[in-house]
Amino acid sequence: MKSMLLSSALGLSMIAAGAQAQVDENAPQGGEMIVTYQDDVATLDPAIGYDWQNWSMIKSLFDGLMGYEPGTTTLRNELAETYDISEDGQTYTFTLKDGIKFHNGREIVADDVKYSLERVTDPETRSPGAGFFGMIEGFDTWNAGEGEGLSGVRVVDDKTVEITLSRPDATFGHVMALNFASIVPREAVEEAGEDFGRRPVGSGAFRLAEWTPGQQLVFERFGEYHRDGVPKLDRVSFNIGLEPTVALLRIQNGDADVPGDGIPPAQFLQVVNDAEYEDQIVEGGQLQTGYITMNTQMAPFDNVDVRKAVNMAINKDRIVQMINNRAVPANQPLPPSMPGYAEDYEGYEYDPEAARQMLADAGFPDGFETELFVMNVDPNPRIAQAIQQDLSEIGITAGIRSLAQANVIAAGGESDQAPMIWSGGMAWIADFPDPSNFYGPILGCAGAVPGGWNWSWYCNEEIDARAADADAMVGDAAAREDAWRQIYVDIMADAPWVPVFNEQRFTLHSDAVAGDDSLFVDPVHIPVNYDYIYSTEAE
Amino acid sequence: MWAYLLRRLFESALILLGITFVTFVLLYLVPADPARQIAGRSATAATVENIRDQLGLNDPLVVQYWRYLTGLAQGDMGRSYLQRAEVSSLIAARLPASLLLMVSAIVTELIIGLTIGVVAALRRNRPVDHSLMIFSFVAISAPQFVIGILLLYVFAVQLGWFPIGGYGTFAHLVLPSVTLGLLGAGWYSRMMRSSMIEVLNQDLVRTARAKGLSKLRIVTRHVMPNAILPIIAMIGIDIGLFMSGIVVVESVFGWPGIGQLAWQAIQRVDIPVIMGVTMVSATAIVLGNLLADLVAPLIDPRIKTK
Repeated sequence: MKSMLLSSALGLSMIAAGAQAQVDENAPQGGEMIVTYQDDVATLDPAIGYDWQNWSMIKSLFDGLMGYEPGTTTLRNELAETYDISEDGQTYTFTLKDGIKFHNGREIVADDVKYSLERVTDPETRSPGAGFFGMIEGFDTWNAGEGEGLSGVRVVDDKTVEITLSRPDATFGHVMALNFASIVPREAVEEAGEDFGRRPVGSGAFRLAEWTPGQQLVFERFGEYHRDGVPKLDRVSFNIGLEPTVALLRIQNGDADVPGDGIPPAQFLQVVNDAEYEDQIVEGGQLQTGYITMNTQMAPFDNVDVRKAVNMAINKDRIVQMINNRAVPANQPLPPSMPGYAEDYEGYEYDPEAARQMLADAGFPDGFETELFVMNVDPNPRIAQAIQQDLSEIGITAGIRSLAQANVIAAGGESDQAPMIWSGGMAWIADFPDPSNFYGPILGCAGAVPGGWNWSWYCNEEIDARAADADAMVGDAAAREDAWRQIYVDIMADAPWVPVFNEQRFTLHSDAVAGDDSLFVDPVHIPVNYDYIYSTEAE
Repeated sequence: MWAYLLRRLFESALILLGITFVTFVLLYLVPADPARQIAGRSATAATVENIRDQLGLNDPLVVQYWRYLTGLAQGDMGRSYLQRAEVSSLIAARLPASLLLMVSAIVTELIIGLTIGVVAALRRNRPVDHSLMIFSFVAISAPQFVIGILLLYVFAVQLGWFPIGGYGTFAHLVLPSVTLGLLGAGWYSRMMRSSMIEVLNQDLVRTARAKGLSKLRIVTRHVMPNAILPIIAMIGIDIGLFMSGIVVVESVFGWPGIGQLAWQAIQRVDIPVIMGVTMVSATAIVLGNLLADLVAPLIDPRIKTK
C-alpha cells in the first residue's frame, strides 16, 4: 500500500490476461488464515471503500451482478444467472440466480439491484465511485441531486432487472463487477445509517463476525453462500496495527500467514534471497505503469521534439536496477498484461547522443532549466536523481522538487505548476482490466482540467474521439482491442510521457495456507483471494 | 486556593481555545484538498464539488471555524471524513488503551528510574554508578522506534517471552510500557541521583547516623522521601512527553490507542479526526500541568499557590 496512492488508489494486477481459473475443487474446507495490516480499515461500505486494504475485503463480504474468475481478469456472472445485451448494445437484461441470500437471511430480489445502484450514484452517498456509472441512462440528473432515482434501471420482476445505457459502452460488464456495484440490503443500510461501513451486510462468501477498532477484524464463512464449496477457509482474521517489519517477524514466528502490506522494502532483498522463503513468495505482474509526465502546455515541453528527446535520454534499465528489479522497463502507457498492449511497438530507444542532437535541432543546443516534481517517499527521490542525471547528460538541468504526495498531486492538477512529474507512489493502476482505464483521467481531455490527473495536460481531440468510438464497440472485443492498441501507439508519437517501468508484485505467504499461485497475486483481490485459498491444516 | 483553581481552569480553557484556532487554521492551509482525497482519482469534477459542498468546505474559514466551535461546545466533534463514524466514538474506543499504556509507562519509568537513581547515588563515582549513568544516557538518546523493534526482536522473537505486538493481556503491555517508559526512566534516574546526593549531604542524614540508625533505615525513611519530592511534580509534565511518544510506540507495537488513530488520520488528511485527537491530547497536557502545579504545594509546603 505504501507505494500506492494512500487513500484512493486501488487497482488490479495480474499474472496473465484471460487465463483460466486455477481453482483446486478438491481443496479441503476449514481452517483459518491470519492477515496482518498496519492501518485500521477505513470502511467496509462497498459504495465508499476505495483503497488497497478494503477493496479485497469488500470483495469477500459483498457480491455484485458480475465478478471475475478467481486468479484471472475473466469476467463471470456472480449474482446474475444470465444477462442479455440488446442489438444496439444499450440495454442489459440481468436475471438473478435463485435462492441467493444476504447475510441477514433475506433473499435478494431485483429491487435490491436498483436500490444499490441508486445508492452509489446518489450525491448524498458521496461515493468516490459514482463517476463509473456515468453511462447509465438518467445518471446525470440523479447524480446532480434531481429526479427520482436512476431512470435507466428498471425492475421487470423479482428476478429481472433491465439497465439502459445512454450510450453503448463495452466497459459496462467490468463496471458491474466493481465493488461500487455491490448489492446491498436497503433495510440494513437504513438501519446502520452512516455506520454501514462498520456493520456491513452483503451476500459475499464471508460475513463480518467481529471488528475491534485498531486490533482485529474476523470474517467467518457465510454458510448460505451461493457457490457450493466456497469459501475454503472457515475464518480469516485481520490483525491490525502491525508495522510491516513487525508483521514479518510474526510470519517468521508462525503467528501470521500473509503480510497485507507486503514485504518491507528494507528487507526485500534479504527475504527474496532467503532459501527458507523460496516456495512462499509468489511473483506476478501488475496493471501499473510508472511514468514521467511532461506538461505539454508549458514551454519548452510544448515542443514535441523536446519530449521525444527526453524519452530517449532516460536509462530505464538503471532505474529498474535501483529498485532491486521489482519492475520491468516500459515503453508505452499500457502494462504488458493489459489487453491492447502493443507487443511489437519498440518505443524510444535509450540513446543520449541522438537525444542531444534532437534537442539541438529543436532549438536547445545548450539545453534548458526545468523542474522535476516527485513524492518524497523512498525510493522516489532516488529515482528522481537518476532521471536528473540522465537529463543532465543531454544538457537539461532539472531541479528536484521533493514534496508530500498531496502537494505533488495538487501541483500536477494546475496547468502551469509542474513542468515534469515522476509519478512514483501515485502512478496509475487500473481499476478494471480494460485498456480504456488508462486513458480518460490520465491522458484524455477530460483529465486535463484543474484538479485532474492528466499531469501532462495532453489533450488531443482526434484521439479523444477515437477513444469514444472504441468504447462504443460492444461485441467485437478483438477489433476494440486493436483500436485501443493504435490509440496508445499514436499517443506515444506525441510523447506526453516517458513510460519508465511496470511494477511487479511479490506476495509472501506462510506454508499454512495454499492454493494456486494465481490466487496469491490475484488481479482483483489484493493481497490475495480470500475466498479460494485453503488451509493446509484443514482436513 | 479555590480562586487560584478557578483562575487556572479559566486560563486552561483559553489555551485550549487558542489551540483549536491554530490547529484549525493550519489544517485549512494545508494544500491537500480533503474532498479530492475522499473522491479518489476516478471522480469527476462534479463529484468532488458535491463532496466539498456537503462537507461545507466551500464556506469561508471563519464560518467553518465557528461551526466547529459551536459543535465542540455541544460535545460534537464531527464525523470522520473517511470512516464516516463520529470522531468522539472513534476516540472513546481508543482512549482506554492509550491511558492504560500511559499509566503503566509511568509506573515503569518510576520503578526503573528511581531504582537506578538510588543505586547510583549510593555508589556514587564507582563503576556501578558510571555504567548506570551510561545506561540512562542511552535510554534518553535512543530513538523509541529503534528501542521498540530491538525489544521485540530480542524478547518476543528470539526468547519468545512476550507476544509480537498486539493488545489484550498483561504480557502484551510489558514491552510497549518499557519502550515508552525508558526515556523517562533515563531522566528520572539522573534527577533522582542528584537529588539523593543532595539530601545525603544534609544535616538530617548526619543526625540520623549519629542516632545510630541502620543505613537501610536512613535511606528508606529519611533520604528517599526527601529526594523524591521534586520528581513527583515532574510526572504531570511527563504526560506531554508521552503524547508524542505514544504515536511512535503504538505504531511499533500495534497498540490500538489514539496515537495510531492520529497517525492514520494525518496520512489520509482526515481533518475532523486530526482535530479531535489534537484536542484530546492538548486537554491531557494542560490538565497534567495543572495537576502538577496543584500537587506541588501539597508535598512541599515551601511552594505556594499564587
